[in-house]
Amino acid sequence: MTGQPPVLPDTDSDQSPPSDSGPTERVGTEEVTGRDWLAIGPIRFLVAVGIPAIGFMVLWWVFKFLRDSEANRILIVAVAMVVGVIGIFGLYWGMDVVNNTFPSRIGERVRPWIFVGPALAILSLYLVWPAVRTFWLSFLDQNGESFVGLDNYIFALTDEKMLTAFRNTVIWLVLGTTLTVGLGLTVASLVDRLKPRPEKVAKSIIFVPMAISFVGASVVWGFIYTFRPSGRPQIGLLNAIWTWLGNEPVFWLRQQPWNTVLLIIVLVWLQTGFSMVILSAAIKGVPEDILEAARIDGAAELQVFWRIVIPTIKSTIVVVTTTMIILILKVFDIVWVMTSGEFGTDVIATNMIRQAFRFFDDGRGAAIAVVLLIVVIPVMVLNVRRFREEEAMR
Amino acid sequence: MSLGYELDMDAESRPKTFVERLLDQWIVKLVVIVIAVLWLVPTVGLLVSSFRPADAISTSGWWTVFDKLLDARTWTVENYRQVMDADGMWNAFLNSLAVTIPATVIPITIAAFAAYAFAWMDFRGRQILFVVVVGLMVVPLQMTLIPLLNIYTGGAEIFGIPIIPDLDLSGTYMGVWLAHTGFGLPLAIYLLRNYIGSLPRSIMESASIDGASHFQTFIRLVVPLSVPAIASFAIFQFLWVWNDFLVALVFLGGTSDVSVVTIRLAELVGSRGQDWQVLTAGAFVTMVLPLTVFFGLQRYFVRGLTAGSVKG
Repeated sequence: MTGQPPVLPDTDSDQSPPSDSGPTERVGTEEVTGRDWLAIGPIRFLVAVGIPAIGFMVLWWVFKFLRDSEANRILIVAVAMVVGVIGIFGLYWGMDVVNNTFPSRIGERVRPWIFVGPALAILSLYLVWPAVRTFWLSFLDQNGESFVGLDNYIFALTDEKMLTAFRNTVIWLVLGTTLTVGLGLTVASLVDRLKPRPEKVAKSIIFVPMAISFVGASVVWGFIYTFRPSGRPQIGLLNAIWTWLGNEPVFWLRQQPWNTVLLIIVLVWLQTGFSMVILSAAIKGVPEDILEAARIDGAAELQVFWRIVIPTIKSTIVVVTTTMIILILKVFDIVWVMTSGEFGTDVIATNMIRQAFRFFDDGRGAAIAVVLLIVVIPVMVLNVRRFREEEAMR
Repeated sequence: MSLGYELDMDAESRPKTFVERLLDQWIVKLVVIVIAVLWLVPTVGLLVSSFRPADAISTSGWWTVFDKLLDARTWTVENYRQVMDADGMWNAFLNSLAVTIPATVIPITIAAFAAYAFAWMDFRGRQILFVVVVGLMVVPLQMTLIPLLNIYTGGAEIFGIPIIPDLDLSGTYMGVWLAHTGFGLPLAIYLLRNYIGSLPRSIMESASIDGASHFQTFIRLVVPLSVPAIASFAIFQFLWVWNDFLVALVFLGGTSDVSVVTIRLAELVGSRGQDWQVLTAGAFVTMVLPLTVFFGLQRYFVRGLTAGSVKG
């Protein structure tokens, strides 16, 4: 443990006792006693109370300003950035300075909590407490007032729209995962045979959609699926091809169950790049001499792929697959924007948002959220564990 | 693919002839080109359409422009003028910046301090707390939304005693920053702790021997050394927040003067679903910044996204 040094200029070294030179303050005793606190002295007491008080007042003022301000957005962004960087740094610095005024034995015990404290506070407030509360709410009525037992869960597991959602989620999982991982693997192994430059270009093109929001992608594909009545020129690519083949134009997003497949294609377009990049890195890690040896022994390229490449990168395939499964279980934006969950396209997350924030039924919304959690957790645990193993191997 | 394989032409030990392999190469190239074109077409169609006059968009497909590429009447920027001003996209763009920049900076700062403590400070419960923080990555966002919105609009009380005052944070930037901070912290702490923890112990010890306090070691040594990890997470978080729809929908919701680009675009889909000149231009506005980040910082971008793939 390091103490506060006396030599560096920008700390209040006259007030903080260097940890190794404090015999004047602590005479022989190892316990934290009243004498330690007396040694703090009036100036230190002022600093200890004053700095947090000033810090709190400034933060409160900024908070009110940012919350209520009608000011110019650029100004708000500027203030926010100052608060975000300098303000938060200042907060830690202020706490550290205050901590230095304590006798070092106390100070060094408190210091780690200054570093982790704010993070733990925010995590408790924004993740731990709400998750517990949601669990509790799922047993209460729509206003969170009276206990209704398992009613909300009965709703979540039997409601017609929820059953549609479960059916669709299965379609999403099967098709979405197969297509993203399968296509990603195909492309990754094909571009591996190209020269470095074309490989890079091809990978970039397929990866670019990763930068696009789900909402943006929904518009991109909504334009492709758009429908004009028969006789008028089709401006959507899909209907243009469809009518060119001699068919009547189709309102694609209303065609059950194909509309769900069309929504899945949007996700495939967005996410194949992700699985391709990860799998491509793994394929490059397959030792070249093993591949060479197999080829010399007369193995065809397909055999090399199935017998050597696939088994070698199996753990990466599992990581990519589980990541996709989690993403798909929580899919929301695409469905919400393209069909609002109408025409039989509902998924779990759209139902949850609709119950909680359109129908204002906290109980049902919470129950659906818990169902989502229960579905996600096993995959997520597996994924986090795999991820940690991968990191550990790096 | 090592170059050695391609150049190695003495095929006597191989079952395939030179011609066969050349053919293989061409099939591979063809398939890759077909897939790449398929992947490009949607974006190209959007971009081309966004620069076409409204009546042209609604009467002919965007692929017909290739007959009259050089005709000045084919192109216009009117759609962008329309969507930026009348449809509020410029306003939304500023709002997105106002949400995204602090929502990226704040979690990084808080996470870096915590990550340093988890890596290099000694305190009781350090291991178990870190495991709990990492474990929080499994909590889906949906699990937190209802109680958080309730706090934002009415505070919280236990047995009638208010423990959190009514902060009236719904529909404010501040509320969204804090929400994104909370949701981003587990991953940020995890990534930064791994990186900071892998810095050589000898550096930390020499800093300590030179009399540097933890605070000084952190600011002067650890933060500069951790720039690669910070940059990767920053890009991931920036894109995540910029492209986010769900958190903005719940916490900023219908308040139109603070709505961000994704919300605005989704509203346009609802209100002007057939005005493709507006939708295509609007969609492109939402994509400009992420695409710039992508092409400018591709390496960090890939690293950040792959690291962030487990985020809930």
